[in-house]
Amino acid sequence: MHPLNETGNMPSLQLTETGRLKHFLTVSGLSKELLTEILDTADSLIEVGERNIKSVPLLRGKTIVNLFFEASTRTRSTFELAAKRLSADVLNLNINTSATSKGESLSDMLRNLEAMASDMFVVRHAQSGAAHFIAESVTPGVAIINAGDGWHAHPTQAMLDMLTIRQNKGQFEGLKVAIIGDILHSRVARSQIRSLNTLGVEEVRVIAPETLLPKHVDSLGVSVFYQIEDGLKDIDVIIMLRLQKERMNGALLPSESEYYRLYGLTRARLQHAKTDAIVMHPGPINRGVEIESEVADGEQSVILDQVTNGIAIRMAVMSMAMSGQTEEQNRLQVRSKEENAK
Amino acid sequence: MKIEISNGKLFSSKKDHSKQWESVEKIQISNGIISDINPVNSTFKADITIDAKDCYIIPGLIDLNASLREPGYTSKGSIESETRAAAAGGVTTLCCTPDTKPINDSKAVTKLIEELSSNSQHCKVLPLGALTKGLLGEQLSEYAALKDARCVGLSNAYNPIKNLAITKRCFEYAKTHELSVFINPIEPSLHEGVIHENYISTTIGLQGIPSLAETIAVSQLIQLAQATGVHLHLSQLSAADSVKQLAAAKREGILVTADTAIQNLLYTDEQVEDFNSVFHCMPPLRSQIDRLALIEGINSGVIDAISSGHRPHEAAAKQMPFAETEPGISSIEFLLPMAMQLQNQIESNRCLDFSKFVEAMTKGPAKVLKLKDPIIEKGSQANICVFDPSMDYKVDKSTIISTGKNTPLINQSLAGRVIATIFEGQMSYQLQK
Repeated sequence: MHPLNETGNMPSLQLTETGRLKHFLTVSGLSKELLTEILDTADSLIEVGERNIKSVPLLRGKTIVNLFFEASTRTRSTFELAAKRLSADVLNLNINTSATSKGESLSDMLRNLEAMASDMFVVRHAQSGAAHFIAESVTPGVAIINAGDGWHAHPTQAMLDMLTIRQNKGQFEGLKVAIIGDILHSRVARSQIRSLNTLGVEEVRVIAPETLLPKHVDSLGVSVFYQIEDGLKDIDVIIMLRLQKERMNGALLPSESEYYRLYGLTRARLQHAKTDAIVMHPGPINRGVEIESEVADGEQSVILDQVTNGIAIRMAVMSMAMSGQTEEQNRLQVRSKEENAK
Repeated sequence: MKIEISNGKLFSSKKDHSKQWESVEKIQISNGIISDINPVNSTFKADITIDAKDCYIIPGLIDLNASLREPGYTSKGSIESETRAAAAGGVTTLCCTPDTKPINDSKAVTKLIEELSSNSQHCKVLPLGALTKGLLGEQLSEYAALKDARCVGLSNAYNPIKNLAITKRCFEYAKTHELSVFINPIEPSLHEGVIHENYISTTIGLQGIPSLAETIAVSQLIQLAQATGVHLHLSQLSAADSVKQLAAAKREGILVTADTAIQNLLYTDEQVEDFNSVFHCMPPLRSQIDRLALIEGINSGVIDAISSGHRPHEAAAKQMPFAETEPGISSIEFLLPMAMQLQNQIESNRCLDFSKFVEAMTKGPAKVLKLKDPIIEKGSQANICVFDPSMDYKVDKSTIISTGKNTPLINQSLAGRVIATIFEGQMSYQLQK
């Protein structure tokens, strides 16, 4: 629960007064310039991973806590590597088994972790809005990076996808992008759609059966296709989404095999897209469920580039958010000194 | 106690809306009764005088749906705290929901509520008994015993009833005992989300509750009411199509009434775009189309009453990721300033006139409860609220009387404030200046 300000609006939670990033919760509400700054910063940090000594001292002396309430291998390890390459101290907490099952509330746990002088929390949680909630509850000066919350947002994944697209296509203008699969339950898709539209692609399409599309999905700025062949026509970028096995329950889909028959990305289907189209997937891949092995490993696939770019993007947002926090804390200190002087 | 209210504009129940407010010089109250209005000669010596210059003098509000949290959930509120908050909101009568701990499915619990509320004397508390034992939706509770203990109706709160056969039997048994059933229309299999299913749920990735979850239930309940002849009261309607169905049922002469909660008239699902859990409500805040249809329903009289849907919570209940927070707004203390906000909404050309609001919280609910028409006239029971529509003030969290501080109004500047509430001839609330 948070109070509204006097005009009844929420002050921007993730930006400083001067419009710099201080948390990274969602790409929603961020300008094209800021998203481009994230991509440019990441670009400049890619080189760090290619050195013999793979670190820079941007976050030396800072403590970063990876707070994962949901299992994750890839995202957590790339965040950990990113933090280490920035010379920060990293603490990994997998909470499934720990405090919350003992009945400790999320707010109490955060207070305890803050007491250990943490400077940043990287949070993954099964509930939409969890990162917002944490950003509202923590002491000023602590940065929150959203590593995925419920069905809401996965902004670092979206930005690493944008970086991959820019590397391969040079620019966003004029691109047609298709996202295929379970949009309804996908935080990745929501963040991707928002980023692609902000960065100015020509068209974003979603391809899925109605049961895997959220209500009024067109309001996100996408066109809807039920048939994959129609949807892939003239497409520059294909983004596949992972299909969770539990979607067979609750009558969302009849079977994996029917899904693959209708929506699986095969070599034959890939022909419908532009010849230089790239194929992306946030991982982990279900081979033979949403994508054919030959496509996943084929020359149009940039899936492994995505992973590499994940480290650079996470380094970029971590360093940007930390410097935004430092800048804001300095400003507040100066202001309170001035007020005391009066 | 003798009370005299001087000056002010008296709400009258005349049909002509332009003459709804009459200037009045003096209202005298003694022995719980309005002893005189504008007397010619008077030797009346008041113990308390209330200067109501420029104020509205209206009948005490009647709230069909408030959760008092006692017994069982005293960290959220108590009968003492919540009825005191109600008095500060101008309420003199309220119906309390049976979802207490233990659940109000027995004479003993009803008696306890009665005893606690008559000790505090802030307003009249009319308990709703549990429609099914333990609100589990499986077995009838003892309606005859609940009625003896003075329950005014039966409700299953938000808890689902196992199947339509059981709902039908509940209605038949309620009809036998001439009890009204107050039902929150919900089809549980469609009701898995936490906010209205629409653009916002899609954007922010919270699971949506489609309007269908309500409208399908409304349709089934109306048919069951028609078949059984019970008086069905639909509690807290939220969807446009429910209003349409209600209108059609009334045209057919089916014995059905309904209310809507103040928050569904005032807010939409856009309020939750930033995951602000104070707006996590049940039923959910729906779209602007739904909101306007509800307002239209009140204006046309299809919806009989406005309720507070008062749900006080301790702070911790709202301090979690949105879907894990508990639904509800603490609203009973601010009904009239919220009504002023409703009247002043100019962005829609369909606003709700303040006098319509007053009717929907006095005359309307009285009819639902089969109470005497609440009119301020000589000889009637003195349940009165004095409201100053031009007094501005800022809501300070520390001055909220309800235990639940879960209101979006904190730090907002409100227009209009209750000056005094008189319950059965006694001062139940007086603004300290």
